[in-house]
Amino acid sequence: MTAIIKREISSYFTSPLGYVFLAVFYSFSGLFLWMNCLSSGRADMAGVFLMMFFVILVIIPVLTMRTFAEERRQNTDRLALSSPVSLFGIVFGKFIAAFFVYFCAALVMLIYAIFLAVATGNSGSEFNWPAFWGNFAAMLLLGAVFTAIDIFISSLTDNQMIAALGSIGANIVVCSFDIVSGYVSDENFKKVIDFLSVFGKYSEFTQGIFSLASVVFFLSLTGMFIFLATRVLERRRRA
Amino acid sequence: MIEVQNLSKNYGSRAALKGISFSVADGEILGFLGPNGAGKSTTMNILTGCITQTGGKALINGVNILENPMAAKKNIGYLPEIPPLYPDMTVDEYLNFVYGLKKCKFPKNSHLKEIRTLTGIEDVRKRVIRNLSKGYKQRVGIAQALVGNPQTLVLDEPTVGLDPKQIIEIRSLVKKLGKNHTVILSSHILSEVQAVCDKIAVIDKGKLVAFDTAENLSRKLTGDRKLTVHIEGERKVVEKILITVSGLDAFHVGRTVEGKVTEYQLEVKENCDIRRELFNKMAKNDCPILLMKGSELTLEEIFLKLTTGDFYGGKEE
Repeated sequence: MTAIIKREISSYFTSPLGYVFLAVFYSFSGLFLWMNCLSSGRADMAGVFLMMFFVILVIIPVLTMRTFAEERRQNTDRLALSSPVSLFGIVFGKFIAAFFVYFCAALVMLIYAIFLAVATGNSGSEFNWPAFWGNFAAMLLLGAVFTAIDIFISSLTDNQMIAALGSIGANIVVCSFDIVSGYVSDENFKKVIDFLSVFGKYSEFTQGIFSLASVVFFLSLTGMFIFLATRVLERRRRA
Repeated sequence: MIEVQNLSKNYGSRAALKGISFSVADGEILGFLGPNGAGKSTTMNILTGCITQTGGKALINGVNILENPMAAKKNIGYLPEIPPLYPDMTVDEYLNFVYGLKKCKFPKNSHLKEIRTLTGIEDVRKRVIRNLSKGYKQRVGIAQALVGNPQTLVLDEPTVGLDPKQIIEIRSLVKKLGKNHTVILSSHILSEVQAVCDKIAVIDKGKLVAFDTAENLSRKLTGDRKLTVHIEGERKVVEKILITVSGLDAFHVGRTVEGKVTEYQLEVKENCDIRRELFNKMAKNDCPILLMKGSELTLEEIFLKLTTGDFYGGKEE
Protein backbone atom coordinates (compact mmCIF):
# COMPACT_ATOMS: atom_id res chain seq x y z
CA MET A 1 0.00 0.00 0.00
CA THR A 2 2.85 2.43 0.78
CA ALA A 3 4.13 1.81 -2.75
CA ILE A 4 0.76 2.87 -4.15
CA ILE A 5 0.60 5.97 -1.96
CA LYS A 6 4.10 7.01 -3.00
CA ARG A 7 3.43 6.44 -6.68
CA GLU A 8 0.13 8.30 -6.64
CA ILE A 9 1.55 11.31 -4.81
CA SER A 10 4.52 11.51 -7.14
CA SER A 11 2.23 11.18 -10.14
CA TYR A 12 0.22 14.18 -8.93
CA PHE A 13 3.38 16.23 -8.94
CA THR A 14 5.07 14.88 -12.06
CA SER A 15 2.01 15.98 -14.03
CA PRO A 16 0.56 19.49 -13.88
CA LEU A 17 -2.53 18.16 -12.10
CA GLY A 18 -1.27 18.54 -8.53
CA TYR A 19 0.09 22.03 -9.17
CA VAL A 20 -3.06 23.19 -10.92
CA PHE A 21 -5.13 21.88 -8.03
CA LEU A 22 -3.00 23.73 -5.49
CA ALA A 23 -2.97 26.90 -7.57
CA VAL A 24 -6.75 26.97 -7.92
CA PHE A 25 -7.23 26.28 -4.23
CA TYR A 26 -4.73 28.94 -3.18
CA SER A 27 -6.06 31.61 -5.49
CA PHE A 28 -9.71 31.14 -4.54
CA SER A 29 -8.93 30.95 -0.83
CA GLY A 30 -6.79 34.09 -1.21
CA LEU A 31 -9.60 35.86 -3.02
CA PHE A 32 -12.13 34.89 -0.36
CA LEU A 33 -9.75 35.92 2.41
CA TRP A 34 -9.47 39.33 0.85
CA MET A 35 -13.25 39.61 0.40
CA ASN A 36 -14.14 38.44 3.91
CA CYS A 37 -11.30 39.66 6.07
CA LEU A 38 -8.70 41.90 4.48
CA SER A 39 -11.01 44.34 2.72
CA SER A 40 -13.20 44.88 5.80
CA GLY A 41 -10.50 44.48 8.43
CA ARG A 42 -12.23 41.61 10.23
CA ALA A 43 -10.37 38.54 11.54
CA ASP A 44 -13.26 36.07 11.34
CA MET A 45 -12.43 33.39 8.76
CA ALA A 46 -15.81 31.59 8.89
CA GLY A 47 -16.89 33.24 5.63
CA VAL A 48 -13.75 32.04 3.86
CA PHE A 49 -14.39 28.47 4.91
CA LEU A 50 -18.03 28.66 3.92
CA MET A 51 -17.25 29.94 0.44
CA MET A 52 -14.46 27.42 -0.05
CA PHE A 53 -17.09 24.71 0.26
CA PHE A 54 -18.22 25.35 -3.31
CA VAL A 55 -14.70 25.47 -4.68
CA ILE A 56 -13.81 22.18 -2.99
CA LEU A 57 -16.93 20.62 -4.40
CA VAL A 58 -15.74 21.35 -7.93
CA ILE A 59 -11.98 20.79 -7.72
CA ILE A 60 -11.74 17.51 -5.80
CA PRO A 61 -13.21 15.64 -8.79
CA VAL A 62 -10.28 16.96 -10.84
CA LEU A 63 -7.93 15.41 -8.32
CA THR A 64 -9.64 12.03 -8.24
CA MET A 65 -10.95 11.66 -11.78
CA ARG A 66 -8.06 9.60 -13.05
CA THR A 67 -7.45 7.41 -9.99
CA PHE A 68 -9.22 4.36 -11.38
CA ALA A 69 -10.60 5.55 -14.71
CA GLU A 70 -7.16 6.16 -16.18
CA GLU A 71 -5.72 2.93 -14.78
CA ARG A 72 -8.46 0.99 -16.43
CA ARG A 73 -7.99 2.75 -19.74
CA GLN A 74 -4.24 2.14 -19.76
CA ASN A 75 -4.58 -1.38 -18.40
CA THR A 76 -2.24 -0.55 -15.55
CA ASP A 77 -4.81 -1.86 -13.07
CA ARG A 78 -3.58 -5.35 -14.00
CA LEU A 79 -0.30 -4.63 -12.25
CA ALA A 80 -1.81 -3.96 -8.87
CA LEU A 81 -4.40 -6.71 -9.31
CA SER A 82 -1.73 -9.35 -9.95
CA SER A 83 0.43 -8.13 -7.07
CA PRO A 84 0.10 -9.21 -3.46
CA VAL A 85 -2.01 -6.18 -2.47
CA SER A 86 -5.61 -6.32 -1.27
CA LEU A 87 -8.33 -4.42 -3.10
CA PHE A 88 -8.84 -2.33 0.00
CA GLY A 89 -5.11 -1.56 -0.02
CA ILE A 90 -5.38 -0.32 -3.61
CA VAL A 91 -8.38 1.91 -2.93
CA PHE A 92 -7.15 3.21 0.41
CA GLY A 93 -3.70 3.93 -1.02
CA LYS A 94 -5.23 6.08 -3.73
CA PHE A 95 -7.51 7.76 -1.21
CA ILE A 96 -4.63 8.64 1.09
CA ALA A 97 -2.59 10.04 -1.80
CA ALA A 98 -5.42 12.25 -3.08
CA PHE A 99 -6.24 13.34 0.44
CA PHE A 100 -2.60 14.22 1.04
CA VAL A 101 -2.62 16.62 -1.90
CA TYR A 102 -5.86 18.12 -0.60
CA PHE A 103 -4.29 18.43 2.85
CA CYS A 104 -1.36 20.32 1.36
CA ALA A 105 -3.87 22.71 -0.21
CA ALA A 106 -5.87 23.13 3.00
CA LEU A 107 -2.75 23.95 4.99
CA VAL A 108 -2.77 27.39 3.41
CA MET A 109 -5.70 28.26 5.67
CA LEU A 110 -3.37 27.81 8.64
CA ILE A 111 -0.95 30.30 7.13
CA TYR A 112 -3.78 32.81 6.67
CA ALA A 113 -4.83 32.23 10.28
CA ILE A 114 -1.35 32.83 11.64
CA PHE A 115 -1.15 35.99 9.56
CA LEU A 116 -4.52 37.20 10.86
CA ALA A 117 -3.63 36.25 14.45
CA VAL A 118 -0.49 38.34 14.30
CA ALA A 119 -2.41 41.23 12.78
CA THR A 120 -5.19 41.08 15.40
CA GLY A 121 -2.60 40.67 18.17
CA ASN A 122 -1.00 43.93 17.00
CA SER A 123 -4.32 45.71 17.21
CA GLY A 124 -4.86 44.49 20.77
CA SER A 125 -7.68 41.95 20.28
CA GLU A 126 -7.64 38.15 20.28
CA PHE A 127 -7.84 35.78 17.25
CA ASN A 128 -10.49 33.11 17.74
CA TRP A 129 -8.31 29.97 17.48
CA PRO A 130 -10.93 27.40 18.67
CA ALA A 131 -13.31 28.55 15.94
CA PHE A 132 -10.52 28.28 13.40
CA TRP A 133 -9.57 24.73 14.43
CA GLY A 134 -13.21 23.71 14.22
CA ASN A 135 -13.45 25.11 10.71
CA PHE A 136 -10.15 23.58 9.68
CA ALA A 137 -11.21 20.14 10.93
CA ALA A 138 -14.48 20.50 9.05
CA MET A 139 -12.63 21.40 5.88
CA LEU A 140 -10.46 18.28 6.16
CA LEU A 141 -13.47 16.07 6.90
CA LEU A 142 -15.37 17.51 3.97
CA GLY A 143 -12.36 16.87 1.74
CA ALA A 144 -12.22 13.27 2.94
CA VAL A 145 -15.91 12.75 2.14
CA PHE A 146 -15.66 14.23 -1.37
CA THR A 147 -12.42 12.36 -2.09
CA ALA A 148 -14.01 9.06 -1.13
CA ILE A 149 -17.17 9.72 -3.14
CA ASP A 150 -15.22 10.83 -6.20
CA ILE A 151 -12.80 7.90 -6.09
CA PHE A 152 -15.86 5.68 -6.02
CA ILE A 153 -17.25 7.46 -9.09
CA SER A 154 -13.90 7.13 -10.84
CA SER A 155 -13.93 3.39 -10.21
CA LEU A 156 -17.18 3.12 -12.15
CA THR A 157 -15.87 4.32 -15.50
CA ASP A 158 -12.80 4.20 -17.72
CA ASN A 159 -13.19 7.76 -18.94
CA GLN A 160 -11.65 10.62 -16.97
CA MET A 161 -14.08 13.26 -18.21
CA ILE A 162 -17.09 11.18 -17.27
CA ALA A 163 -15.50 10.53 -13.89
CA ALA A 164 -14.94 14.24 -13.32
CA LEU A 165 -18.41 15.34 -14.41
CA GLY A 166 -20.06 12.45 -12.60
CA SER A 167 -18.15 13.33 -9.46
CA ILE A 168 -19.18 16.98 -9.58
CA GLY A 169 -22.75 15.81 -10.08
CA ALA A 170 -22.52 13.38 -7.18
CA ASN A 171 -21.01 16.04 -4.93
CA ILE A 172 -23.82 18.44 -5.78
CA VAL A 173 -26.43 15.76 -5.07
CA VAL A 174 -24.83 14.99 -1.71
CA CYS A 175 -25.01 18.68 -0.85
CA SER A 176 -28.43 19.44 -2.25
CA PHE A 177 -30.34 17.85 0.61
CA ASP A 178 -30.66 21.27 2.24
CA ILE A 179 -32.40 22.72 -0.79
CA VAL A 180 -34.71 19.70 -0.97
CA SER A 181 -35.53 19.90 2.71
CA GLY A 182 -36.87 23.43 2.18
CA TYR A 183 -39.58 22.02 -0.09
CA VAL A 184 -40.58 19.09 2.12
CA SER A 185 -43.60 19.58 4.33
CA ASP A 186 -43.61 16.24 6.16
CA GLU A 187 -41.76 16.83 9.46
CA ASN A 188 -40.30 13.34 9.83
CA PHE A 189 -39.07 13.20 6.26
CA LYS A 190 -37.56 16.66 6.70
CA LYS A 191 -35.65 15.37 9.74
CA VAL A 192 -34.17 12.51 7.75
CA ILE A 193 -33.08 14.80 4.93
CA ASP A 194 -31.58 17.30 7.32
CA PHE A 195 -29.70 14.50 9.00
CA LEU A 196 -28.15 13.51 5.68
CA SER A 197 -27.16 17.05 4.77
CA VAL A 198 -23.42 17.49 4.28
CA PHE A 199 -23.63 21.21 3.67
CA GLY A 200 -25.78 21.73 6.76
CA LYS A 201 -23.22 19.99 8.94
CA TYR A 202 -20.37 21.88 7.32
CA SER A 203 -22.06 25.23 7.88
CA GLU A 204 -22.63 24.28 11.53
CA PHE A 205 -18.87 24.01 11.86
CA THR A 206 -18.34 27.40 10.25
CA GLN A 207 -20.76 28.86 12.81
CA GLY A 208 -18.46 27.55 15.51
CA ILE A 209 -20.50 24.49 16.54
CA PHE A 210 -18.18 21.50 16.90
CA SER A 211 -20.33 18.39 17.07
CA LEU A 212 -18.92 14.91 17.48
CA ALA A 213 -21.97 13.47 15.74
CA SER A 214 -21.06 15.40 12.60
CA VAL A 215 -17.47 14.19 12.76
CA VAL A 216 -18.69 10.61 12.97
CA PHE A 217 -21.11 11.29 10.11
CA PHE A 218 -18.34 12.58 7.82
CA LEU A 219 -15.97 9.74 8.72
CA SER A 220 -18.57 7.03 8.19
CA LEU A 221 -19.55 8.55 4.84
CA THR A 222 -15.89 8.42 3.84
CA GLY A 223 -15.53 4.84 5.00
CA MET A 224 -18.69 3.82 3.20
CA PHE A 225 -17.57 5.12 -0.19
CA ILE A 226 -14.10 3.59 0.17
CA PHE A 227 -15.83 0.30 0.88
CA LEU A 228 -18.13 0.77 -2.12
CA ALA A 229 -15.15 1.40 -4.39
CA THR A 230 -13.52 -1.88 -3.27
CA ARG A 231 -16.83 -3.60 -4.02
CA VAL A 232 -16.82 -2.15 -7.52
CA LEU A 233 -13.32 -3.54 -8.12
CA GLU A 234 -14.32 -6.89 -6.70
CA ARG A 235 -17.40 -7.00 -8.87
CA ARG A 236 -15.39 -6.23 -11.96
CA ARG A 237 -13.02 -9.07 -11.07
CA ARG A 238 -15.98 -11.41 -10.96
CA ALA A 239 -17.87 -10.01 -13.95
CA MET B 1 4.24 -25.62 -10.92
CA ILE B 2 0.90 -24.56 -12.29
CA GLU B 3 -2.19 -26.72 -12.13
CA VAL B 4 -5.43 -25.85 -13.78
CA GLN B 5 -8.42 -28.05 -13.14
CA ASN B 6 -11.64 -27.78 -15.07
CA LEU B 7 -11.46 -24.01 -15.26
CA SER B 8 -14.48 -22.21 -16.64
CA LYS B 9 -15.49 -18.59 -17.02
CA ASN B 10 -18.70 -16.95 -18.15
CA TYR B 11 -18.98 -13.32 -19.17
CA GLY B 12 -22.66 -12.86 -18.61
CA SER B 13 -24.28 -15.51 -20.75
CA ARG B 14 -21.24 -15.94 -22.99
CA ALA B 15 -18.98 -18.80 -21.96
CA ALA B 16 -15.37 -17.78 -22.56
CA LEU B 17 -13.83 -20.89 -21.00
CA LYS B 18 -15.59 -24.22 -20.95
CA GLY B 19 -13.65 -26.29 -18.46
CA ILE B 20 -10.00 -26.58 -19.35
CA SER B 21 -7.39 -28.57 -17.42
CA PHE B 22 -3.63 -28.74 -17.80
CA SER B 23 -0.50 -28.55 -15.70
CA VAL B 24 2.95 -27.10 -16.21
CA ALA B 25 5.93 -28.52 -14.34
CA ASP B 26 8.73 -26.42 -12.87
CA GLY B 27 11.19 -25.18 -15.45
CA GLU B 28 8.87 -25.80 -18.36
CA ILE B 29 7.72 -23.35 -20.98
CA LEU B 30 4.14 -23.87 -22.01
CA GLY B 31 2.93 -22.31 -25.22
CA PHE B 32 -0.67 -21.28 -25.16
CA LEU B 33 -1.96 -21.27 -28.66
CA GLY B 34 -5.25 -20.23 -30.09
CA PRO B 35 -7.02 -17.86 -32.44
CA ASN B 36 -8.12 -14.46 -31.22
CA GLY B 37 -10.92 -14.75 -28.70
CA ALA B 38 -10.19 -18.39 -27.88
CA GLY B 39 -9.81 -17.70 -24.17
CA LYS B 40 -6.05 -17.32 -23.82
CA SER B 41 -6.08 -13.98 -22.04
CA THR B 42 -9.03 -15.02 -19.91
CA THR B 43 -7.10 -18.04 -18.66
CA MET B 44 -4.06 -15.91 -17.93
CA ASN B 45 -6.09 -13.29 -16.13
CA ILE B 46 -7.57 -15.99 -13.93
CA LEU B 47 -4.17 -17.53 -13.23
CA THR B 48 -2.84 -14.18 -12.09
CA GLY B 49 -5.85 -13.26 -10.00
CA CYS B 50 -6.96 -10.29 -12.12
CA ILE B 51 -10.36 -11.86 -12.61
CA THR B 52 -12.06 -14.76 -10.89
CA GLN B 53 -13.27 -17.95 -12.49
CA THR B 54 -16.84 -19.16 -12.64
CA GLY B 55 -15.83 -22.72 -11.85
CA GLY B 56 -12.81 -24.94 -11.41
CA LYS B 57 -9.49 -24.47 -9.68
CA ALA B 58 -6.17 -22.80 -10.45
CA LEU B 59 -3.19 -23.70 -8.29
CA ILE B 60 0.10 -21.81 -8.38
CA ASN B 61 2.76 -23.89 -6.63
CA GLY B 62 -0.04 -25.70 -4.87
CA VAL B 63 -1.67 -22.49 -3.62
CA ASN B 64 -5.22 -21.80 -4.75
CA ILE B 65 -5.32 -18.33 -6.32
CA LEU B 66 -8.93 -17.80 -5.32
CA GLU B 67 -8.65 -18.93 -1.71
CA ASN B 68 -5.26 -17.52 -0.88
CA PRO B 69 -4.55 -14.77 -3.41
CA MET B 70 -1.88 -12.98 -1.37
CA ALA B 71 0.34 -16.04 -1.08
CA ALA B 72 -0.26 -17.17 -4.66
CA LYS B 73 0.42 -13.76 -6.18
CA LYS B 74 3.85 -13.60 -4.56
CA ASN B 75 4.92 -16.38 -6.93
CA ILE B 76 3.57 -14.78 -10.09
CA GLY B 77 4.97 -12.34 -12.56
CA TYR B 78 2.45 -11.21 -15.14
CA LEU B 79 2.87 -9.42 -18.43
CA PRO B 80 -0.63 -8.67 -19.72
CA GLU B 81 -1.34 -8.19 -23.39
CA ILE B 82 -0.91 -4.44 -22.99
CA PRO B 83 2.04 -3.94 -20.64
CA PRO B 84 0.84 -2.15 -17.49
CA LEU B 85 3.21 0.80 -17.77
CA TYR B 86 2.72 4.26 -16.33
CA PRO B 87 3.80 6.50 -19.20
CA ASP B 88 4.76 9.44 -17.00
CA MET B 89 7.30 7.53 -14.92
CA THR B 90 10.92 6.79 -15.75
CA VAL B 91 11.98 3.16 -16.05
CA ASP B 92 13.79 3.38 -12.72
CA GLU B 93 10.85 4.95 -10.91
CA TYR B 94 8.55 2.37 -12.38
CA LEU B 95 10.65 -0.62 -11.35
CA ASN B 96 11.09 0.86 -7.88
CA PHE B 97 7.32 1.16 -7.62
CA VAL B 98 6.81 -2.44 -8.71
CA TYR B 99 9.49 -3.49 -6.24
CA GLY B 100 7.53 -1.87 -3.42
CA LEU B 101 4.20 -3.14 -4.70
CA LYS B 102 5.39 -6.73 -4.74
CA LYS B 103 6.87 -6.43 -1.27
CA CYS B 104 10.23 -7.82 -2.35
CA LYS B 105 12.78 -8.96 0.16
CA PHE B 106 15.83 -8.97 -2.12
CA PRO B 107 18.46 -6.23 -1.83
CA LYS B 108 16.85 -3.62 -4.02
CA ASN B 109 19.65 -2.14 -6.09
CA SER B 110 21.38 -5.36 -7.07
CA HIS B 111 18.09 -7.13 -7.74
CA LEU B 112 16.77 -4.40 -10.03
CA LYS B 113 20.13 -4.07 -11.77
CA GLU B 114 20.13 -7.79 -12.46
CA ILE B 115 16.68 -7.54 -14.02
CA ARG B 116 17.61 -4.48 -16.08
CA THR B 117 20.68 -6.26 -17.42
CA LEU B 118 18.76 -9.44 -18.20
CA THR B 119 16.06 -7.59 -20.13
CA GLY B 120 18.51 -5.19 -21.74
CA ILE B 121 17.05 -1.93 -20.48
CA GLU B 122 20.05 -0.72 -18.50
CA ASP B 123 20.71 2.10 -20.96
CA VAL B 124 17.18 3.48 -20.87
CA ARG B 125 16.75 3.39 -17.10
CA LYS B 126 16.58 7.18 -16.75
CA ARG B 127 14.16 7.71 -19.61
CA VAL B 128 10.46 8.38 -19.32
CA ILE B 129 8.45 5.34 -20.40
CA ARG B 130 6.21 7.42 -22.66
CA ASN B 131 9.18 8.13 -24.94
CA LEU B 132 10.42 4.55 -25.25
CA SER B 133 9.97 2.52 -28.41
CA LYS B 134 7.47 -0.30 -28.41
CA GLY B 135 10.21 -2.92 -28.08
CA TYR B 136 11.67 -1.24 -25.03
CA LYS B 137 8.23 -0.83 -23.50
CA GLN B 138 7.68 -4.54 -23.93
CA ARG B 139 10.99 -5.24 -22.23
CA VAL B 140 10.12 -2.96 -19.34
CA GLY B 141 6.89 -4.94 -19.12
CA ILE B 142 8.85 -8.18 -18.91
CA ALA B 143 11.23 -6.62 -16.38
CA GLN B 144 8.22 -5.69 -14.28
CA ALA B 145 7.09 -9.32 -14.30
CA LEU B 146 10.53 -10.44 -13.13
CA VAL B 147 10.66 -8.18 -10.07
CA GLY B 148 10.66 -10.30 -6.94
CA ASN B 149 11.98 -13.27 -8.91
CA PRO B 150 8.63 -15.07 -9.05
CA GLN B 151 8.70 -18.75 -9.85
CA THR B 152 5.89 -18.48 -12.33
CA LEU B 153 5.85 -16.15 -15.28
CA VAL B 154 2.72 -15.53 -17.29
CA LEU B 155 3.41 -13.69 -20.52
CA ASP B 156 0.49 -12.73 -22.71
CA GLU B 157 1.66 -12.32 -26.30
CA PRO B 158 5.06 -10.92 -25.38
CA THR B 159 6.23 -10.37 -28.95
CA VAL B 160 3.14 -8.82 -30.48
CA GLY B 161 3.85 -5.69 -32.47
CA LEU B 162 7.63 -5.94 -32.33
CA ASP B 163 10.01 -5.87 -35.26
CA PRO B 164 11.71 -9.13 -36.30
CA LYS B 165 14.97 -8.36 -34.50
CA GLN B 166 13.14 -7.55 -31.29
CA ILE B 167 11.02 -10.67 -31.64
CA ILE B 168 14.13 -12.83 -31.80
CA GLU B 169 15.61 -11.02 -28.80
CA ILE B 170 12.48 -11.42 -26.71
CA ARG B 171 12.21 -15.09 -27.69
CA SER B 172 15.75 -15.83 -26.60
CA LEU B 173 15.08 -13.91 -23.40
CA VAL B 174 12.01 -16.06 -22.72
CA LYS B 175 14.04 -19.18 -23.41
CA LYS B 176 16.66 -17.99 -20.98
CA LEU B 177 14.00 -17.32 -18.37
CA GLY B 178 12.52 -20.76 -18.91
CA LYS B 179 15.58 -22.32 -17.35
CA ASN B 180 14.79 -20.97 -13.89
CA HIS B 181 11.07 -20.22 -14.09
CA THR B 182 7.84 -21.89 -15.00
CA VAL B 183 6.64 -19.93 -17.98
CA ILE B 184 3.26 -19.75 -19.69
CA LEU B 185 3.39 -17.86 -22.92
CA SER B 186 0.47 -17.15 -25.16
CA SER B 187 0.61 -16.42 -28.81
CA HIS B 188 -1.31 -16.78 -31.99
CA ILE B 189 1.93 -16.97 -33.92
CA LEU B 190 2.59 -20.64 -34.31
CA SER B 191 6.25 -20.58 -35.28
CA GLU B 192 6.96 -18.61 -32.15
CA VAL B 193 5.49 -21.24 -29.91
CA GLN B 194 7.33 -23.91 -31.86
CA ALA B 195 10.61 -22.09 -31.38
CA VAL B 196 10.32 -21.38 -27.68
CA CYS B 197 8.06 -23.83 -25.90
CA ASP B 198 8.52 -27.30 -24.42
CA LYS B 199 4.83 -28.02 -24.46
CA ILE B 200 1.90 -26.68 -26.38
CA ALA B 201 -1.67 -26.25 -25.30
CA VAL B 202 -4.01 -25.49 -28.15
CA ILE B 203 -7.18 -23.78 -27.11
CA ASP B 204 -10.15 -22.99 -29.27
CA LYS B 205 -13.53 -21.52 -28.35
CA GLY B 206 -12.82 -21.96 -24.66
CA LYS B 207 -11.81 -25.60 -24.91
CA LEU B 208 -8.47 -27.31 -24.77
CA VAL B 209 -8.16 -29.20 -28.05
CA ALA B 210 -4.60 -30.50 -27.60
CA PHE B 211 -1.91 -30.56 -24.96
CA ASP B 212 1.45 -32.10 -25.82
CA THR B 213 4.97 -31.40 -27.07
CA ALA B 214 5.26 -29.95 -30.56
CA GLU B 215 6.95 -33.11 -31.89
CA ASN B 216 4.37 -35.41 -30.37
CA LEU B 217 1.53 -33.38 -31.72
CA SER B 218 2.96 -33.51 -35.18
CA ARG B 219 3.68 -37.24 -34.90
CA LYS B 220 0.25 -38.05 -33.61
CA LEU B 221 -1.39 -36.21 -36.43
CA THR B 222 0.64 -37.65 -39.28
CA GLY B 223 1.35 -41.03 -37.74
CA ASP B 224 4.85 -40.80 -39.25
CA ARG B 225 3.58 -42.47 -42.32
CA LYS B 226 4.68 -40.14 -45.06
CA LEU B 227 8.05 -39.72 -46.70
CA THR B 228 9.15 -37.20 -49.26
CA VAL B 229 12.14 -38.22 -51.41
CA HIS B 230 14.03 -36.65 -54.26
CA ILE B 231 15.53 -39.32 -56.51
CA GLU B 232 17.74 -38.86 -59.56
CA GLY B 233 17.14 -41.26 -62.43
CA GLU B 234 14.74 -42.22 -65.20
CA ARG B 235 11.22 -42.15 -63.86
CA LYS B 236 10.31 -45.57 -65.18
CA VAL B 237 13.36 -47.15 -63.60
CA VAL B 238 12.74 -45.50 -60.28
CA GLU B 239 9.10 -46.49 -60.28
CA LYS B 240 9.98 -50.09 -61.00
CA ILE B 241 12.33 -50.16 -58.04
CA LEU B 242 9.80 -48.48 -55.78
CA ILE B 243 7.27 -51.19 -56.43
CA THR B 244 9.72 -53.78 -55.14
CA VAL B 245 10.18 -51.99 -51.81
CA SER B 246 8.31 -53.92 -49.16
CA GLY B 247 6.23 -51.91 -46.72
CA LEU B 248 5.38 -49.25 -49.25
CA ASP B 249 1.67 -48.60 -49.46
CA ALA B 250 1.52 -46.20 -52.35
CA PHE B 251 3.51 -43.49 -54.00
CA HIS B 252 2.77 -40.33 -55.89
CA VAL B 253 5.05 -38.82 -58.46
CA GLY B 254 5.54 -35.19 -57.66
CA ARG B 255 7.14 -32.34 -59.53
CA THR B 256 10.43 -32.47 -61.36
CA VAL B 257 12.97 -30.78 -59.17
CA GLU B 258 15.84 -30.36 -61.67
CA GLY B 259 16.94 -32.33 -64.71
CA LYS B 260 16.33 -35.95 -63.91
CA VAL B 261 15.56 -35.39 -60.25
CA THR B 262 11.95 -36.06 -59.36
CA GLU B 263 10.06 -35.72 -56.13
CA TYR B 264 8.05 -38.68 -54.87
CA GLN B 265 5.61 -38.84 -52.01
CA LEU B 266 5.64 -42.24 -50.38
CA GLU B 267 2.98 -43.62 -48.11
CA VAL B 268 4.31 -46.25 -45.76
CA LYS B 269 2.40 -49.12 -44.22
CA GLU B 270 1.87 -48.90 -40.48
CA ASN B 271 4.86 -49.85 -38.28
CA CYS B 272 7.24 -50.10 -41.22
CA ASP B 273 10.53 -48.32 -41.71
CA ILE B 274 11.45 -48.48 -45.37
CA ARG B 275 14.23 -45.93 -45.35
CA ARG B 276 17.22 -48.31 -45.32
CA GLU B 277 15.77 -50.68 -47.89
CA LEU B 278 14.85 -47.78 -50.12
CA PHE B 279 18.35 -46.35 -49.88
CA ASN B 280 20.10 -49.63 -50.63
CA LYS B 281 17.91 -50.51 -53.59
CA MET B 282 18.23 -47.10 -55.15
CA ALA B 283 21.98 -47.09 -54.63
CA LYS B 284 22.34 -50.50 -56.26
CA ASN B 285 20.51 -49.27 -59.34
CA ASP B 286 22.52 -46.06 -59.50
CA CYS B 287 19.57 -43.83 -58.66
CA PRO B 288 20.94 -41.58 -55.90
CA ILE B 289 18.56 -40.28 -53.30
CA LEU B 290 19.23 -36.58 -52.96
CA LEU B 291 16.75 -35.85 -50.20
CA MET B 292 14.63 -37.87 -47.84
CA LYS B 293 12.43 -36.40 -45.13
CA GLY B 294 9.44 -37.37 -43.09
CA SER B 295 6.73 -34.90 -43.87
CA GLU B 296 6.34 -33.25 -40.47
CA LEU B 297 3.33 -31.07 -40.18
CA THR B 298 3.98 -27.45 -39.43
CA LEU B 299 2.17 -26.01 -36.49
CA GLU B 300 -0.08 -24.15 -38.87
CA GLU B 301 -1.28 -27.43 -40.27
CA ILE B 302 -1.61 -29.00 -36.83
CA PHE B 303 -3.53 -26.02 -35.68
CA LEU B 304 -5.95 -26.09 -38.55
CA LYS B 305 -6.46 -29.80 -38.16
CA LEU B 306 -7.16 -29.42 -34.47
CA THR B 307 -9.46 -26.46 -34.63
CA THR B 308 -11.47 -27.76 -37.53
CA GLY B 309 -12.10 -30.85 -35.45
CA ASP B 310 -10.37 -33.47 -37.58
CA PHE B 311 -8.15 -34.68 -34.81
CA TYR B 312 -9.68 -35.43 -31.46
CA GLY B 313 -12.97 -35.02 -33.25
CA GLY B 314 -14.57 -38.26 -32.11
CA LYS B 315 -13.24 -38.03 -28.60
CA GLU B 316 -13.93 -34.47 -27.59
CA GLU B 317 -17.44 -33.78 -28.65
